[in-house]
Amino acid sequence: MLRVENLDVYYGGIHALKNVSISVPRGKIVTLIGANGAGKSSTLRAISGLVRKKGKVFHDGEDISSSSPEAITAGGLVLVPEGRKIFPHLTVYENLMLGAYVRNDRSGIDETREWVYDLFPRLRERAWQKGGTLSGGEQQMLALGRALMSRPNVIMMDEPSLGLAPLLVKEVFEIIAAVNAEGVTLLLVEQNAFAALRIAHHAYVLEVGRIVLEGSGEELLADGRVREAYLGG
Amino acid sequence: MSVEMFIQHFLNALTLGSLYGLIAIGYTMVYGILRLINFAHGDIFMLGAYFVFWGGALFRLPWFLSVVVAILFTALCGITVDRVAYRPLREAPRISALISSIGVSFFIQNLSIVTFTAIPRAVHVPQWLGQVHLIGKVRLLPLAIVVPIVSLLLTSGLLWVVYRTKPGLAMRAISKDIETTRLMGVPVNRIIAITFGLGSALAAASGIMWALRYPQIHPFMGVIPGFKAFIAAVLGGIGSIQGAVLGGLLLGFIEIMIIAFFPGLSGYRDAFAFVLLIVILLIRPSGLMGEKLEEKV
Repeated sequence: MLRVENLDVYYGGIHALKNVSISVPRGKIVTLIGANGAGKSSTLRAISGLVRKKGKVFHDGEDISSSSPEAITAGGLVLVPEGRKIFPHLTVYENLMLGAYVRNDRSGIDETREWVYDLFPRLRERAWQKGGTLSGGEQQMLALGRALMSRPNVIMMDEPSLGLAPLLVKEVFEIIAAVNAEGVTLLLVEQNAFAALRIAHHAYVLEVGRIVLEGSGEELLADGRVREAYLGG
Repeated sequence: MSVEMFIQHFLNALTLGSLYGLIAIGYTMVYGILRLINFAHGDIFMLGAYFVFWGGALFRLPWFLSVVVAILFTALCGITVDRVAYRPLREAPRISALISSIGVSFFIQNLSIVTFTAIPRAVHVPQWLGQVHLIGKVRLLPLAIVVPIVSLLLTSGLLWVVYRTKPGLAMRAISKDIETTRLMGVPVNRIIAITFGLGSALAAASGIMWALRYPQIHPFMGVIPGFKAFIAAVLGGIGSIQGAVLGGLLLGFIEIMIIAFFPGLSGYRDAFAFVLLIVILLIRPSGLMGEKLEEKV
């Protein structure tokens, strides 16, 4: 569904990503774990066209290596950025409508919005509130709901649990699993390796810009090196 | 001062303020989206006036048609300026685009001298607009009514676009976070082009009405109104459309009323606006309706 081949990213003189290759099969949750600064966000930003890169990216069999972020989103591959990045001055409703910007089918959009509201009833309650007035957890729901509005087939999420209380983290991961159950393929970047590995079908470990390990979620959960480095022993 | 005199001054101030407001909207919209002070905006205003002049004088277009054509052409000029002079600098430090806009301003002025010549031209004013009616002791120029009404309609139309349409939603999103807006699949450059088009169309409308009200046009006619509209935008709170209109009206009233009450100061007319700019920047840099600088994260 999503295939990344030999990705390299440079920031000035810094070689941030070195020959990263990952593959996300249709309908699966794949996670990318690693320490701060390992290049997790850079990988997602490179895939979505926000940073310049070398290497190839294929989405749904199509080469999107040199596509613009707008075109990539329109093609059904959506990034939920780190820090959620909802529009604080726009209402929840307007945030969702921006998510549907690439679509023009009015009734279809209304339908999707109802579906998102059913998925996150809190968003329906707060539809006319400004995004900035939502709590952290609600903002994460809005960010995910907004991404779903374009009816993507792959969603990339950058640190969805960042800054959330432990109880909410659990809720967010449940939501992610629920979205996946709806048939959406997910590429998840997380520092919370434990939670991410538990729901992932497949996982990659990134260390200073390089993939050092990969395997199924369970395999990595059981792996001694992973336990030591990311799961607190 | 007699009541009649006051009404006269009030109407003058309303006209002038509306015209400032229309130009100020263009400054404020471009600033809101790109954080760029588009110094060429006053020259776009001048082009609007010239296009209507040439439409009538050269192509013998009916008056109304030449107004429409002039507005469209000016909008196109605004979009071209963005495409040629600002878009290549989108990733560059902000100061580069600012300097580029000063360059564009000089370019348009001097190109206008070469093509239109620097000779001031008289604009044909249709009789129904230019004929003075005496109501009591008040000399009523139909323009003094038409200008505020047209300005109100145009501003309402613009607010409708910004708050009720899809491109308008995209504009408001871009003004906060351009990168995330791109992630929504919004064709950001096209939305920016629409913004320049709308701002320039309003400047053209203002330039045309300016030329009818003060019927003489020349290549530098946009400089001072441009600066003053910029001040109006800062006064109202740059980034806010309602603020730009309010700032324009306020500036119009301040200018006219100071001269009305202190005729001896009329020589300093243009200086008031700039003093005002300095005062706002010292006391309330975010303007009357500007967004607060701090922001919830």
